[in-house]
Amino acid sequence: MTTTMNKRPNTAMKKIMFAAIMMAAGAMPARAASEADFKAAFAAADSAEKEAGRLRNQWTTTEAALAAAKKAAETANFDQAVMSAREAEALAKASIFQATSEKERWKDMEIR
Amino acid sequence: MRARFALSLVVTALALGAVTAAATAADRPDPAADAKAFRDFFVKKFPKVKFEDFVNGPYSMNEDMRRQWEDKEQFPPYEFALEAGKEMFGTPFKNGKSYADCFANGGIGVRQTYPYFDEQEGKVVTLELALNKCRETNGEAPYSYVKDEMASLTAYMAYTSRGKPFDIKIPNDPRALEAYEKGKEYFYTRRGQLNFSCASCHVQNPGERIRAEILAPAIGILNAMPIYRSEWSGMGTISRRFTTCNSQIRGVPLEPQSDEYRDLEYYLSYVSNGLPISGPGARP
Repeated sequence: MTTTMNKRPNTAMKKIMFAAIMMAAGAMPARAASEADFKAAFAAADSAEKEAGRLRNQWTTTEAALAAAKKAAETANFDQAVMSAREAEALAKASIFQATSEKERWKDMEIR
Repeated sequence: MRARFALSLVVTALALGAVTAAATAADRPDPAADAKAFRDFFVKKFPKVKFEDFVNGPYSMNEDMRRQWEDKEQFPPYEFALEAGKEMFGTPFKNGKSYADCFANGGIGVRQTYPYFDEQEGKVVTLELALNKCRETNGEAPYSYVKDEMASLTAYMAYTSRGKPFDIKIPNDPRALEAYEKGKEYFYTRRGQLNFSCASCHVQNPGERIRAEILAPAIGILNAMPIYRSEWSGMGTISRRFTTCNSQIRGVPLEPQSDEYRDLEYYLSYVSNGLPISGPGARP
């Protein structure tokens, strides 16, 4: 009886999270964000989150970031709204990566 | 020379065939072998724990917690739910029928056979699902799957099965095997922002603390359901356990009794075959 427990750090996941967060942070506009910027950022995040939903792997933090983006937009705080939407998109993309990579990786953890 | 070449071709073909057959056999789902490996893993990991004691979850792993639990069992916190469940179970529906009409043996002592694979529906049927189907068939509104009435009813039904070993069957139906395999995949798949699978806690770390809690081993983890949890200040069903586990790892829970959760319950119950039902239970 052996088990191939996966004890190595999940470096792939860490890399994509880091890249996604850096992308979100680095993509902040120098000028004040507009409602159109928010709508574009929100649509991208929403689309990624819907894809995560199709993969049955949404994260609560993505949902929270989407809600925060909407809330900020309601008060016309579009800088914050765009930042939250980009964070949501990064999180949703990470959850998609997780669901896709786990299609095979789960077998590494199985008791055999 | 030609004969030697032909012979080597045959030998190579046979060897390739044997390798392919071995690979196919290794990939073919074998629930009985899975269950044995699962059981052996936990027995080897916890040589001092009696096999039947795994159904007591964290109490089988920690002496102090066990003593507190044994004291609490003098006046168990699930007792009110158990009494309510007994009364509900015996109360006829508006049409005069009752839960007893929906289950084998009048619903008494049958918990250990759930979930089962319904070959007509082609899906796994859990006890919670069967109870709500019974209600709807008899013109009653379904209950919430996570707590309250559902927890009380399942508490009573579990109580009537206490001591009976889990007896989950996988019929000779490829759909049943597929449901079992999907349940296994769900169990081992990492999800949520914390990147945890069910196995991260309940295979890799049973007996260890996660914050103030001691993690239960996966084997026998459903035998004590439903449970009174101090953290919840109330009773919860298997559905509640699955959905809160998902939330705790920052994953959006699926809807209770979704196909994934039904398959997961099927897998986890099957690999705990032979362990006695101990529900309803109490957990910190």
